[in-house]
Amino acid sequence: MTQITPFRPALIVQDLSKVFDNRTVVDRLSFVIAPGEIVGLVGLNGAGKTTTINMILGLLQPTSGFVAIDGVNLAHAREQAISQTNFSAVYAPLPGNLTVTQNLRIFGMIYDVPDLDRRIVDMVQMFDLARYRNTRCGLLSSGEQTRVSLAKALLNKPKLLLLDEPTASIDPSTADTIRGHIRDYAQQERGAVLWTSHNMYEVAAVCHRMMLLSRGQILIEGDPKTLPSEHGAASLEDLFIELAREPGEGASP
Amino acid sequence: MRTRHIAAIVLRQVYLLRGSPTRVLPLFAWIAIDVMLWGFITRYLNAIASPGFDFVPAMLGAVLLWDFLSRVMQGVTMAFFEDVWSRNLLAIFASPLSRAEYVTGLVLTGICTSLLGLVVMLVLASLAFGLSFMSYGLAIVPALGVLFLFGIALGVAGSAMVLRLGPAAEWLIWPLPAVLSPFASVFYPISTLPTWMQPLSLALPPSHVFETLRAITKGGQADYGALLLALGLSLLYLGAAAAFFAHVHGVCIRNGLIARYSAESVT
Repeated sequence: MTQITPFRPALIVQDLSKVFDNRTVVDRLSFVIAPGEIVGLVGLNGAGKTTTINMILGLLQPTSGFVAIDGVNLAHAREQAISQTNFSAVYAPLPGNLTVTQNLRIFGMIYDVPDLDRRIVDMVQMFDLARYRNTRCGLLSSGEQTRVSLAKALLNKPKLLLLDEPTASIDPSTADTIRGHIRDYAQQERGAVLWTSHNMYEVAAVCHRMMLLSRGQILIEGDPKTLPSEHGAASLEDLFIELAREPGEGASP
Repeated sequence: MRTRHIAAIVLRQVYLLRGSPTRVLPLFAWIAIDVMLWGFITRYLNAIASPGFDFVPAMLGAVLLWDFLSRVMQGVTMAFFEDVWSRNLLAIFASPLSRAEYVTGLVLTGICTSLLGLVVMLVLASLAFGLSFMSYGLAIVPALGVLFLFGIALGVAGSAMVLRLGPAAEWLIWPLPAVLSPFASVFYPISTLPTWMQPLSLALPPSHVFETLRAITKGGQADYGALLLALGLSLLYLGAAAAFFAHVHGVCIRNGLIARYSAESVT
């Protein structure tokens, strides 16, 4: 397991809120992620996970609150802050009309990756994409496309990696390999990871810490391995279901 | 602005053009058709009209120059639409690329593709119908510059509209040059227009270009003052278009429209 040492946080989220048409989707959310730490963000559909990630990526302006990536205030120096991040999400596939290598080259240039040729070769090997490197991404299976998206996400060795359900369309064996890559990345590169998932087994296997989000607020937080016993549940999945079924909980409309 | 970021946006279009004849062909095909169609029309008009007036520079030249402006606009918007069609906007705007770098990349792409079209246009019109833009004298240089800048301004403003209104709004952008052409006095003097249309025509930089070029074809002098005014107006429109794009992008970030772009939820 990765040793987490006190250091400048890779991500600080403080009192972050987003209100759409008088509907609060994220409600005064605060948390910190340390370098090398993998944090799971779980919750029902509509709990505010993707909205939170969008605000951290600068795609959505918070109604109030503060985001700092590697000590840089996102609101004041967006490009500088975002250059320390990268992301992969099922709803943001890479252009299907470009090949794997072309996509990685373009995003490598945008993320100012040094020695880009070498890095592309490394990423292609890491995610077992060598035979597809000249194949257009649109011709790949959904699992292969996810691997390309993850290769893009690790291109610039980001200090903060945002993964929105990265293994949702991947077979169990490949998902396990990918989890290994993400763990290695956090350990070796001291990269912080914010990982959303509906797979509780995955969260328990990969994350040092998890936050269960409900109605835009953190309902419970802690080590996914000990949280179930602390709350009298048999497993993380049971705990999730139990909390989700409590009166007043559930997805926002 | 970092040149590597801008180069990435241009490189994306190079990759797309290189691997797709269906993208390359329209860069030349419509121009070639326009040259042929209007070339024969002007040749016929020259045959039936009273001698002394050459319709080739007056009409074919005007058509091709307006076509050039349209191609510049489409070069910019096409580069933007590629990101719309491939659902790439989210990845683009979640990256360290700045708004200015992205728009500059689109503009450079538009310049490259339209220059390609311009060369083909000049060669075809010259070989088939004897049209030479040099018949306009040195005035053709600022004239092309004005059409270039105004075409870019239209392209940036059109891209901003599609960013705001959603993918389906591209159909509002394609006919933009056709909508403007009656006001731009491409084929007739501004004085031909009804009084209420004339101020609108004078506000459009291409009107001054075509007015000047028409005067030259009739044996008059180039009005460099009018061309300078057109240049100033074009720069003004370009600045306004860039500000419009920045404003729309800001609105999209505030409302979360980029994150749910395909939903076309205008709020």
